[in-house]
Amino acid sequence: MSDPHHAADGAHEIEMPHASMRDYLIGFILSVVLTAIPFWLVMERPLSDGATAAVIMVFAAVQIVVHMVFFLHMSPKAEGGWSITSLTFTIIIVVIMLAGSLWVMHHLNTNMMPSPHDMSQLP
Amino acid sequence: MSAPTITADSITATADQPVQFYDLDEHAHPEGHSTMLGFWIYLMSDCLIFAILFACFAVLGGSYAAGPAPKDLFELPLVALNTAMLLFSSITYGFAVLQMQQGKVKGTQLWLAITGLFGLAFLGIELYEFHHLIEIGATPQRSAFLSSFFTLVGTHGLHVTFGTLWLVVLMVQLGKHGLIAANKRRVMCLSMFWHFLDVVWIGVFTIVYLMGVLR
Repeated sequence: MSDPHHAADGAHEIEMPHASMRDYLIGFILSVVLTAIPFWLVMERPLSDGATAAVIMVFAAVQIVVHMVFFLHMSPKAEGGWSITSLTFTIIIVVIMLAGSLWVMHHLNTNMMPSPHDMSQLP
Repeated sequence: MSAPTITADSITATADQPVQFYDLDEHAHPEGHSTMLGFWIYLMSDCLIFAILFACFAVLGGSYAAGPAPKDLFELPLVALNTAMLLFSSITYGFAVLQMQQGKVKGTQLWLAITGLFGLAFLGIELYEFHHLIEIGATPQRSAFLSSFFTLVGTHGLHVTFGTLWLVVLMVQLGKHGLIAANKRRVMCLSMFWHFLDVVWIGVFTIVYLMGVLR
């Protein structure tokens, strides 16, 4: 081989996350619980609308973290930290975009001229 | 003091060679060493696409144009079934990865096939729902809410379609070449893609369906 650094079995040097049955089962059971409870809350309505909305949003956020850790094998050490760096960057962009869109568009709606339909109900 | 102090081990030059402060000949990288990170960055860019579509839905999701609202349209038991299909396909893909780590080609292919069947079941249920909505007049043209709904959920469905296609291609590649390094890498990339789609679906069923029915 002309390249002295290249080992003969170089093909097996790629770092891959190691998955385990335990991880997948924990992730699956947590996901089932975190999915079933929001569906039950919305279908049966034991709580007020506001509380239900808050709870299902929190459950969704927790389930996304569960999927990231147990299914996508995300950890601060994966790929020498570059995975979590790009994830953090993406989350920042997504939060700015979502919060900004909702904020701006809400104000736009509030400041719009009332439509003829609404006008008829003005005093 | 004429020059900044340099520690001895940072200089690899002998007296007759120019001083080197960096590696002139780059050390070797195994083939595909950056594929996993590159694919992850692709997924992050895909995440931005979905974030835009979620933002659209969040802004337009209440504009019914005197048309049907989520309460009138969505059947939560059907959505729950759909969610279950995608969740089952996630764990069966996990089993495929475990079989791959044990070096079993047939087992990997079998679990990939089962994953594909769950993916097809998900797509079948989603197409049934879309067909039903369009039949009762809740088409994408009906209101801004329905436009953004079909765009967001349809884009996710399109991703699942291509993921299923990829599953088939991967099963053929595994049959042809076995568990070579390149195929292992492909299995791990599709694993990321598939689980990522499940993550997006968490957002879809929470924000579109559950919050929509609450609204």
